[in-house]
Amino acid sequence: MLQEEARLELKAIVGDKLFKDDPESLVTHSYDGTPMLQALPDAVIYPENTNQVSDIMKVLHRYRIPVIGRGSGTNLSGGTVPVQGGVVMVMHRMSRILEVDLDNLTATVQPGLNTKEFITYVEGLGLFYPPDPSSMAVSTIGGNIAECSGGLRGLKYGTTKDYVIGLEAVLANGDILRTGGKSMKDVAGYDLTKLLVGSEGTLAIITEATLKLVPPPKYKKTMLAMYKDLYGAARTVSKIIEQRIIPATLEFLDNSTIRVVDDFAKLGLPLDMEAILLIEQDGEVESVERDIASIEAICRAENAERVSIAESQEEALKLLTARRSAFTALARLRPTTILEDATVPRSKIADMVLEINRIAQKHRVQICTFGHAGDGNLHPTATTDARDAEEIHRVEAAFEEIFEAAIRLGGTITGEHGVGLVKSPFLEWKVGSVGIEVMKSIKQAFDPLNLLNPGKVFAKESRKRVVINRG
Amino acid sequence: MAEPLTQTTLNPLAQKLRLRLDEDQLTNCMRCGFCLPACPTFRETGFEAESPRGRIALMKAAVDGILAPDQAFEEQMHNCLGCRACEPVCPADVKYGQLIEQARDAIEDHTVNHRWWVKLSRRAAFNFTFPHQNRMQWIGRSLRFYQKSGLRKVVRGAGIMKLFPKYMREMEKILPDASSRGVVEQIGSRHAAKGEKIATVGLFRGCIMDVLFTDTNIHTVELLTEAGFEVVIPETQNCCGALHAHSGEAEGARSLARRNIRVFKEAGVDYIVSNAGGCGAILTEYDHLLHEDAEWEQDAKWFAKRVIDVSDLLVSHGRVPSFAESSALPLRITYQDSCHLRNVMRSSNAPRQLMSQVNGVEFVEMKEADRCCGSAGIYNLTRPEMAGQLLEHKMENANATDTHYLLTSNPGCLLQMKHGIEQHGQSGQMQAVHVVDFLYERMKKQK
Ligand SMILES: Cc1cc2nc3c(=O)[nH]c(=O)nc-3n(C[C@H](O)[C@H](O)[C@H](O)COP(=O)(O)OP(=O)(O)OC[C@H]3O[C@@H](n4cnc5c(N)ncnc54)[C@H](O)[C@@H]3O)c2cc1C
Ligand code: SF4
Ligand code: SF4
Repeated sequence: MLQEEARLELKAIVGDKLFKDDPESLVTHSYDGTPMLQALPDAVIYPENTNQVSDIMKVLHRYRIPVIGRGSGTNLSGGTVPVQGGVVMVMHRMSRILEVDLDNLTATVQPGLNTKEFITYVEGLGLFYPPDPSSMAVSTIGGNIAECSGGLRGLKYGTTKDYVIGLEAVLANGDILRTGGKSMKDVAGYDLTKLLVGSEGTLAIITEATLKLVPPPKYKKTMLAMYKDLYGAARTVSKIIEQRIIPATLEFLDNSTIRVVDDFAKLGLPLDMEAILLIEQDGEVESVERDIASIEAICRAENAERVSIAESQEEALKLLTARRSAFTALARLRPTTILEDATVPRSKIADMVLEINRIAQKHRVQICTFGHAGDGNLHPTATTDARDAEEIHRVEAAFEEIFEAAIRLGGTITGEHGVGLVKSPFLEWKVGSVGIEVMKSIKQAFDPLNLLNPGKVFAKESRKRVVINRG
Repeated sequence: MAEPLTQTTLNPLAQKLRLRLDEDQLTNCMRCGFCLPACPTFRETGFEAESPRGRIALMKAAVDGILAPDQAFEEQMHNCLGCRACEPVCPADVKYGQLIEQARDAIEDHTVNHRWWVKLSRRAAFNFTFPHQNRMQWIGRSLRFYQKSGLRKVVRGAGIMKLFPKYMREMEKILPDASSRGVVEQIGSRHAAKGEKIATVGLFRGCIMDVLFTDTNIHTVELLTEAGFEVVIPETQNCCGALHAHSGEAEGARSLARRNIRVFKEAGVDYIVSNAGGCGAILTEYDHLLHEDAEWEQDAKWFAKRVIDVSDLLVSHGRVPSFAESSALPLRITYQDSCHLRNVMRSSNAPRQLMSQVNGVEFVEMKEADRCCGSAGIYNLTRPEMAGQLLEHKMENANATDTHYLLTSNPGCLLQMKHGIEQHGQSGQMQAVHVVDFLYERMKKQK
């Protein structure tokens, strides 16, 4: 419970209905999409505009109360779990599209806007906003920005950070910061816009964003290639890029995922395949046809067992089914699904998959791997049962080794889900002690009292065999 | 500091919940939030507690001893429409419908302090009336007497309806003429297929359906025989039990289910056809309803497997007759999904396919046709505010289609749509009609 004075001041800002601290509200803001994590906040608040956010922050600052920004709570890193209590600030009531500037091809939006709604809206105007996390039907633009989310189109079009060109954000003391703007070029001082992208709610509360839009591709073609040899698939990925072709989508499923997907969707996939690549190219008709022909040749040269190219929209949808149902199929296998996002340079995909398989076997856990092969962003996904403490322990040990392996292969512990709570003990492995110190100084400069999403990104202790508390 | 997630001893309701709730289903929810955008109550309020993920988290917290379920908890469980739009979008296949029924069952069991008139009317409805088709017909006769005898005029004139809640008052106006003679009394219980017989189907006539929409039942028989099915209507079938199950009266639902299963089994049918999404859905779930009943489990599976909606059966196995609009005017129609037909029976294409086949008629898809209209069983009576809000949004979308007919495939939805047109719509211009009736009127019969 917050102290009575603070409660009254917060209620005075948003009104009685948009400040809640009844048990039901606290329980329903104690979790996010991360398995097995839960902690109760002290209150939940729903601001309706930037000034309210600023006023709320001033009160929280004065009473030294932590604040956790929240979009739809779909993140997978414990990013919105209020581990140190405080107030969860839900951004859903700031969800307007403020402007679409057709001259500059930008859109200015509020952070609580649903990602899919936004994408559909700009598509209606004949424009294109490429970042498409699989959670986009649920997630918010603010959450996407705070996590720097990626998606299937990341390889060719980049991720959220490539489309955020201006921000309005409220600092811990309630000051309102504006960064960037509509100019595509801007070198006035440090790039605070990019610094806030991916800051996971630890530096400021984002209250408005100016996003870059691009013209949509005119034409798209989809193909699927299957391999008995994992390295053949991996070499295909490298060769495609070597030939200066950047496909719009280049997705990967490993053998264990193929089996699970086939069992679920009854697609009649050959179960002796070690890998499936799903490839899409978009752009002008001639260049798409040319690229798809070259990619097909590469697939065949690398001994793909089967190559199918979709000749129609329906066929394309069919080819996409395997990849699209991967998550659903895995999620239904066992009660608990842990989806990670260890990422390696794309030339190392085959090595990484083999490592994951070896590690899974060693710890006797089921881990299926699929993901964005084009940018080396893999999703090793463990299917388990939260109620089985002993098995969960083995799963955690396996993931720890997987993170280690990713870094050893020149990669990173998280490609798009963020550090949050879950990966904070491993951050130092990736960025080194100097990196941690610099990051801590940045945090100190923005949030000296450590009120913004405390306990995230920086672990109390960096990991060398400390048990993380996944309650 | 965060309040520690200390587990307290379970209060009496929490203990009941722990006994009833399926722990596997609670664990299966991975809190991905994919169900949030599909949920009407979340969309209306923006509060996580009003979402499927939130409600499941509340149930789990109660069972885990993190939350002591109280009045607010009970209310939250009743705020759910039970529309089950959260199920098809769930990657983990969480059986939300089962969870909410189990939660309500526990609450009902726990609640001893219903106000006397709630208790009485629940008893009258759940134990006395619904289980007995002849009593339903008696109500039909009374209603008919009321409507036809001039009593209605007296009542309306005297302002007696003002004594009833607003919603009931409004409903009284749009209730169709009740019938004292059901489908069997009117046309008999066995009907031969036209042409070569494809299969024998048993018609589930529905208790409310057969009193208020007897014609729709008759038209269903006509459509089915025309399409090549032999139709039997087992006379001793009874209420499907949906209202019981959704209101925390699981035991009542189970005994109704057993009787229906026996009757249809004896009739030896290949399919059990329903023309009401709300009934059909629970019929497909008899296997779950009786899964702990060793004696009935197998028969329940037999039954559940055979249940199919009339549109689906026509499209998938029937010789669909041709349909044509006779008036020269260009006719525009739209469709409101029945939540349970779409989300539980998973049938959304078949009715659309049939409607689009009618010559001379333009089918217009309504925005958010898949969203609950707010009717949701007795939700209208228990949560009039939310129901009203949902209906208002629904009618905005319906009006935007600028159509002559708003078709649907469930009696509850149909009444709600009629009510909506009366309240917010273009009454006079737009009519709400059951898909079956619309098709029947335009069916070209074989010579
Ligand atoms: C099934 C599934 C699939 C997913 N697929 C992908 C994928 O393909 N790619 C991908 O990148 N991610 C994916 N994710 C992860 C997640 O959906 C993304 O991180 C998403 O961007 C989170 O958005 P959200 O609105 O739910 O944010 P939340 O989860 O609510 O918050 C995420 C973080 O942002 C902070 N935050 C939110 N709003 C603000 C704000 N206005 N100001 C400051 N901080 C804020 C929070 O404090 C938190 O740290 C997936 C998740 C699930 C469950
Ligand atoms: S979609 Fe399913 S698993 Fe995800 S939060 Fe909703 S009920 Fe839980
Ligand atoms: S049944 Fe309908 S109202 Fe209830 S939680 Fe699911 S989607 Fe929401």
